[in-house]
Amino acid sequence: MAYDGEDKILEEVTGKAYEFGFTTDIDSDKAPAGLNEDIIRLISAKKNEPEWLLEWRLKAFATWQAMVEPEWPHLQYTKPDFQAISYYAAPKQKKELASLDEVDPELRKTMDKLGISLEEQKRLSGVAVDFVMDSVSVATSFKDKLAELGIIFCSMSEAVQEHPELVQKYLGSVVPVRDNFYAALNSAVFTDGSFCYIPKGVRCPMELSTYFRINESGTGQFERTLVIADESSYVSYLEGCTAPQRDENQLHAAVVELIALDDAEIKYSTVQNWYPGDEQGKGGVFNFVTKRGICHTRSKISWTQVETGSAVTWKYPSCVLKGDDSVGEFYSVAVTNNMQQADTGTKMIHLGKRTRSTIISKGISAGKSQNSYRGLVQIMPNADHARNFSQCDSLLMTDRCGAHTFPYIETKNPTAKVEHEATTSKIGEDQIFYCLQRGIDEEQAISLIVNGYAKDVLNKLPMEFAVEAQKLLAISLEGSVG
Amino acid sequence: MLTINNLHARVEDTPILKGLNLQIGPGEVHAIMGPNGSGKSTLASVLAGREDYEVTAGSVDFDGTDLLELDASDRAREGLFLAFQYPVEIPGVSNLNFMKAAVNAKREHQGLEPIAAKDFLAMVKEKSALVELDGRLRDRSVNEGFSGGEKKRNEIFQMAMLEPKLAVLDETDSGLDIDALRIVSEGVNAMRNAGRSFLVITHYQRLLDHIVPDFVHVLSDGQIVKSGPKELALELEAKGYDWIKEPVA
Repeated sequence: MAYDGEDKILEEVTGKAYEFGFTTDIDSDKAPAGLNEDIIRLISAKKNEPEWLLEWRLKAFATWQAMVEPEWPHLQYTKPDFQAISYYAAPKQKKELASLDEVDPELRKTMDKLGISLEEQKRLSGVAVDFVMDSVSVATSFKDKLAELGIIFCSMSEAVQEHPELVQKYLGSVVPVRDNFYAALNSAVFTDGSFCYIPKGVRCPMELSTYFRINESGTGQFERTLVIADESSYVSYLEGCTAPQRDENQLHAAVVELIALDDAEIKYSTVQNWYPGDEQGKGGVFNFVTKRGICHTRSKISWTQVETGSAVTWKYPSCVLKGDDSVGEFYSVAVTNNMQQADTGTKMIHLGKRTRSTIISKGISAGKSQNSYRGLVQIMPNADHARNFSQCDSLLMTDRCGAHTFPYIETKNPTAKVEHEATTSKIGEDQIFYCLQRGIDEEQAISLIVNGYAKDVLNKLPMEFAVEAQKLLAISLEGSVG
Repeated sequence: MLTINNLHARVEDTPILKGLNLQIGPGEVHAIMGPNGSGKSTLASVLAGREDYEVTAGSVDFDGTDLLELDASDRAREGLFLAFQYPVEIPGVSNLNFMKAAVNAKREHQGLEPIAAKDFLAMVKEKSALVELDGRLRDRSVNEGFSGGEKKRNEIFQMAMLEPKLAVLDETDSGLDIDALRIVSEGVNAMRNAGRSFLVITHYQRLLDHIVPDFVHVLSDGQIVKSGPKELALELEAKGYDWIKEPVA
């Protein structure tokens, strides 16, 4: 394509500083760099944890030490130096906060810049926000209202103190310590995260939302999230991310575990916009995330993700369909631009009878980026009449980027029905010209076309999130056709 | 409205337009006919600003502005509309959102506020009635799964929404059955007025039975070789193009 403005636009966009690239100046209580048993003891002690959790962490650490970083993803990056990372940083603010007025003004400013100030969230969207600044949750809203329904929505640290029986029962039950290298690391050193429990028969009346933010230079972020939907309950959970600009790579290795008990439903939506590095690929967040849910009888888990950020993404939100008649869904839009690399997809493990899963993955590659879909559909011997439908589409914005699909299908039951469709297309010059001829400029044309392409996934997001995600797609791809 | 002077254009290294002259006054309907490969669709693409076509000489004045200086989207906002021979499908983008973006782009160009939702819907209702475009088609993705006739009706609907100064219809009759041809033509005729001009590119006389032109031009090998009143089209229909090609000199 030879639009004259293209080079100019490209230059503008690549020259543009990352919009959310600012840092907040708050005193931190920070551990020295490095990882050993003493650091883990320090973390556990700082958080005043029970003995069983310290033991669990130490076991995880021993497991992790015996493991090696996986080599199989279609990714190239310099492996993090795990001894150069500080594993604990907490804002100095310690005391319990009764109201927003008590929040550190610097922190409030950061939230304002992100456009997610708590009062605004409260007033406009009715969303309860558990805001994670570095590793300690600093403000939680709507708690009282949720408490009336018996819903627990709090930081992981608080859950460990207040609801140790639930944490002990479910922590590591879906993602075991030895599941993978990053999950083991996370289990050893996680500092905080979110915890959510919906009691039997309760339909959570609002979208629960957590905004993650990495703030402290050189601090790895090891979030731990646990969502438990008890029998016949429902919850929709939102997770969104932005991160400040950094020169060195920032490691993020989160673990998210979802438990949907009989007849329960969990919707888990993510918009991920971490700093992707500059146009040469320098800096940017390394995102190695393990997300998995377990479905009991007739329950349902839906993962929806819009991934636009991070320098390197390694992420496979998965469902273990253990109970009969349970349902797993995965809807994903993954955008890579410049030098970004993503290896993402899902695993659907069918154990129960008549279990069903749907996978819709829309990859968009621009610049010189590499975008891979990796998925596993596994039908186990007892999963009579299990069904899966997968659709994996790739859209190429330039002729310098790459799109790859690695679908694995393993069927051990002859009654299973598995369908897989895949397409690859390049954004059409004809489509763009058609828009131009109607007076729509090139940037908006690309935004329209890309959002149309991703519509099946964006439609699965809660309304406010869908709007945000559409904007994010447009911003991520500005001037990227070529 | 439009003055084309000695226009030369090529695709890659192949010259297609070789000194084309044409003048269209306000409110006039001009038809361009000609055999395959004579340059009809190239003329439409060059006017609309498609990048694959390189103008090597000549000028085009559009209502007082140098058309060739504008990029494609500015030409559209200035009031030039092209009804495509092969309208493009844009999956997942609803026809209405697409039109809203287009209408607002033009309004912004004119220094106007974005159109109010209520006014937009009223406008859609009015304009879609012109070409009997039903709600089902309006709400679907742009041209996706439309029949040939539905696509062409959608083009005329878009034209009506954007109210251009000059509309170029590129073989709008191709692929239309007789009913669709009538509907499309009636839509175009309803839009004719003293300030709006049309350039109707067609291969066949039959469209001109419905959209009656003020002038007919014959394009051959990149030049207009004969011009005349509407009766010229009938003559062409009867005799074919060969009798014209010869006495070019």
